[in-house]
Amino acid sequence: MKIIEAHKSPSHDAAHTHVQGLSEFIDDRPAVAGELHVGVVYSPHPHARIVGIDPTDALAIADVVAVFTARDVHHNLWGPIFQDQPLVADTVVSFVGEVVALVAAETREAMEQARRAVRVSYEVLPAILSIPEAIAAQSFLGYERFIRRGDVDAAIAAAPHKRDGVVYIQGQDHFYLESHAAIAYPRDGGQIEVHASSQHPTEVQHIVAHGLGLRALDVVCVVKRMGGGFGGKESQAALFAFYASLVAHKLNRPARCVITKDDDMIMTGKRNPFEIHYRVGFDSDGALCGLDARLFSDGGAFADLSTSIMERAMLHSDNAYFLPAASIVGKVCKTHVHPHTAFRGFGGPKGVAMIEAILEDIAHSLEKDPLDVRKRNVYSAPDRNVTHYGQPLENLLLPELFDSLESRCDYRARRASVREHNAKGTSTLRGLSLTAVKFGISFTTRFLNQGNALVNVHQDGTVQVSTGATEMGQGVNTRIAQVVAEVLGIAHTDVRVMTTSTEKNHNTSPTAASSGTDLNAKAALDAVTRIRDRLSLVARGVLALPEDRRPSRTAGLGTQPELAVPEGARDEDIIFADGEAYDRLDSSKRIAFGALCREAYLSRVQLGDYGFFKIPGIHFDKLTGQGSPFFYFTQGTACSEIEIDRYTGELKVLRVDLLMDLGRPINHGLDVGQVIGAFVQGMGWCTSENLVYDDKGLLLSHSPSTYKIPSVQDTPRDFRIELIENHDNLQNVRGTKAVGEPPLLLGLSVWTAVRDALYALAPVEHTLPATLPMTLERILLTLDALRLQGLAR
Amino acid sequence: MSESNALHPERVAMTLVLNGHSVSVEVDPRETLFDTLRERLRATGTKGACLGGECGSCTILLDGEPVTACLVMALQADGRAVDTVEGLAEGEQLSALQAAFVQAGAVQCGYCTPGLLVAATALLRKNPKPTEQDVRRGLAGNLCRCTGYGKIIEAVLNASQQGDAQGTQKSALRGKR
Repeated sequence: MKIIEAHKSPSHDAAHTHVQGLSEFIDDRPAVAGELHVGVVYSPHPHARIVGIDPTDALAIADVVAVFTARDVHHNLWGPIFQDQPLVADTVVSFVGEVVALVAAETREAMEQARRAVRVSYEVLPAILSIPEAIAAQSFLGYERFIRRGDVDAAIAAAPHKRDGVVYIQGQDHFYLESHAAIAYPRDGGQIEVHASSQHPTEVQHIVAHGLGLRALDVVCVVKRMGGGFGGKESQAALFAFYASLVAHKLNRPARCVITKDDDMIMTGKRNPFEIHYRVGFDSDGALCGLDARLFSDGGAFADLSTSIMERAMLHSDNAYFLPAASIVGKVCKTHVHPHTAFRGFGGPKGVAMIEAILEDIAHSLEKDPLDVRKRNVYSAPDRNVTHYGQPLENLLLPELFDSLESRCDYRARRASVREHNAKGTSTLRGLSLTAVKFGISFTTRFLNQGNALVNVHQDGTVQVSTGATEMGQGVNTRIAQVVAEVLGIAHTDVRVMTTSTEKNHNTSPTAASSGTDLNAKAALDAVTRIRDRLSLVARGVLALPEDRRPSRTAGLGTQPELAVPEGARDEDIIFADGEAYDRLDSSKRIAFGALCREAYLSRVQLGDYGFFKIPGIHFDKLTGQGSPFFYFTQGTACSEIEIDRYTGELKVLRVDLLMDLGRPINHGLDVGQVIGAFVQGMGWCTSENLVYDDKGLLLSHSPSTYKIPSVQDTPRDFRIELIENHDNLQNVRGTKAVGEPPLLLGLSVWTAVRDALYALAPVEHTLPATLPMTLERILLTLDALRLQGLAR
Repeated sequence: MSESNALHPERVAMTLVLNGHSVSVEVDPRETLFDTLRERLRATGTKGACLGGECGSCTILLDGEPVTACLVMALQADGRAVDTVEGLAEGEQLSALQAAFVQAGAVQCGYCTPGLLVAATALLRKNPKPTEQDVRRGLAGNLCRCTGYGKIIEAVLNASQQGDAQGTQKSALRGKR
């Protein structure tokens, strides 16, 4: 496998303003005259009937203007899939943090006082706070989903070895640094312009309109940027945009709703916790014969995106491995915690955690190297390359990615030295694990796989592009600018991707599922290609004219006939490069791109265009669980080596080697940035990020003092990232592959490496609990349990 | 505003030297320097996330020492020098550290960037040639959720190799792209 050499690529388009503190986030917008602060009053109970809401005391506070409740909402139910969640709780609250009232005040201080002064009385009801409680109560969201291949019972019955177990997977807070925020401005005739920190401006537009009794044409949602999103601002941002809009609409004054980090963490849903019950059959080589898995997720109080997240978990229960027979069943539990939601990877990481843990357990039980068991099961041509949902794997690189990383990271020698180290019985234990990712790219809901783009070319040859993509740090705007610039042969700095707004781009999909560049750059490409074609004809016409006959000299006088530019035609001999257009056959004939645009305008040639793109050829029947839902797969492998302290449980990630196929990256630097960031985020989920709730469903770890995302001290000491050359993903824009989510799943190699280290102490017949995350505390408890049981070797 | 009492004390005049310029401002004695900077002085480059001194997003320099502005009362800064991210560049000319952040790709969403740059500037002034471990230690109080820190460490080490010891050497890189 050839490795792409690291090379200089354009910086993030906002890098210069970011480093000067000049990039504007929602709460940086200057207050305008009359602006109000909006505060939320939320439930302290997981489940209760609202007996009464008394705003008297709040309204008596100086500078408090109004208190709003569910009665002020026009259409109160919303949801990205099912409309089951109230924007403001009406008769019942269903989780701690559910909004029951809004206060509007002249100052932030008065707003904060008023929030505490609204008196809400409740009659507390019994609550369901965990997956087992929900299963016992048969409390579910949506219906049971399944994906089946073959006769799994027979396959497991006939297998030489069988195991069963449960995988417990905790949630994860997004911990975007910028908490939820929105500002709404009332406009003429009852219109609303809402600026939101949202990954999904179209959904914000729709929900604000429904909630206020307006039509789509009355609401514009604007998203300049987010201070991090990670899925947490895909659906849930709409709530806060609505709260600001409600106040702006009712009082005809601008309204700002900015949530503190603590409230944000208490109120908003997270990565869904999962509990997976499985049975598996395998042979003496560790080859899987059949997998029967029942996946339960905690959806929280409302459906949000949980059913789609479950679907992706089921679709990724194979990860990189062929399942000859499978039954994957998924059920979303309805509980009384915040409605869980999208988080980078969606359901993928949960399915993958399960299968990687199973393979680790199988290897231990057979006394084999887990890498050998993984390689025995990896998808391979010609007859082990169709997924359990029936999608054939094209451009399959997984076997090579395993082999290549194995030799690049010197796996076998390091395995030997890890074994040697652990045999010495020092105060530390080491673990080594090489895992893979095969991440399906496309929304599994077909209609979301579309995008549109507006491209405006100006008379000085500079270009403004608008799409539905939202910028949250991932660099989607930079990549779109590069793609557009490349077609016109101009510098990427001559293209600016503009603020996302629903008045420029309609019916957009969320910037999610790693699809931002795929959908939006391709739509922009559609538009700019037509512009380029028209300009090629203008160039041909202008270059044929003497200087003094060109439109720039004569158009004002009308002395020359206008250039004829038939729609849909192109002169392929006109080349656009280095800021010029020139004749391939006579390179002395050339014109600067800006001058060409001026000539085109004067010739009444359309300099702007609108592009559209939909992913072709994808289909998935959600009722049968069969189809080809993915346009392609992003693939990779990672090997992590860790060390744990036998007496404190302290974990150190010593070295990580990572090998990924990202097709032909548009921007190598941005892609590697995504890989590092996603891996570390995945690692955090697996090791240090611990959501702790009290017995009333209140999240106790609601700030960085108690919820530990990785700090600069926690990242791998030796971190080697390589991208392989792959020029075959031609169906996608510029042959690239989506990068946003897939590397997060490679963070699981740290989790399996921890289990690998602990397995060094366990006898062959012992199975370790499969619990994620393995925090220091849990590592220590596991070590203690092994010692107490006298199991430790 | 209602009249002055214990809960609503009168505003107090104070002076601070913000990024080299003397600034007078009237503050509520109960407010933090973070609020003074953002709300009264419109210096919104300094960002807030946890507002509890844990995330480092609001790191500024108070008389040259890095502190989280959310844990400093405004009046504690009376008569003192306050440096924020807005003061790192000279006009449009980025500091070597800012330029290194741009060039290494050490920024993603940009929300933690101001605090990190201020913390790293303080680090380099004290220790112009830090090791990787020094950089990790110096930035341990600043959380970033996007980058995984790899390129941030690289950027600080790159800047240090360009001898940005005093934070005064400016880069040729202009502030606009």
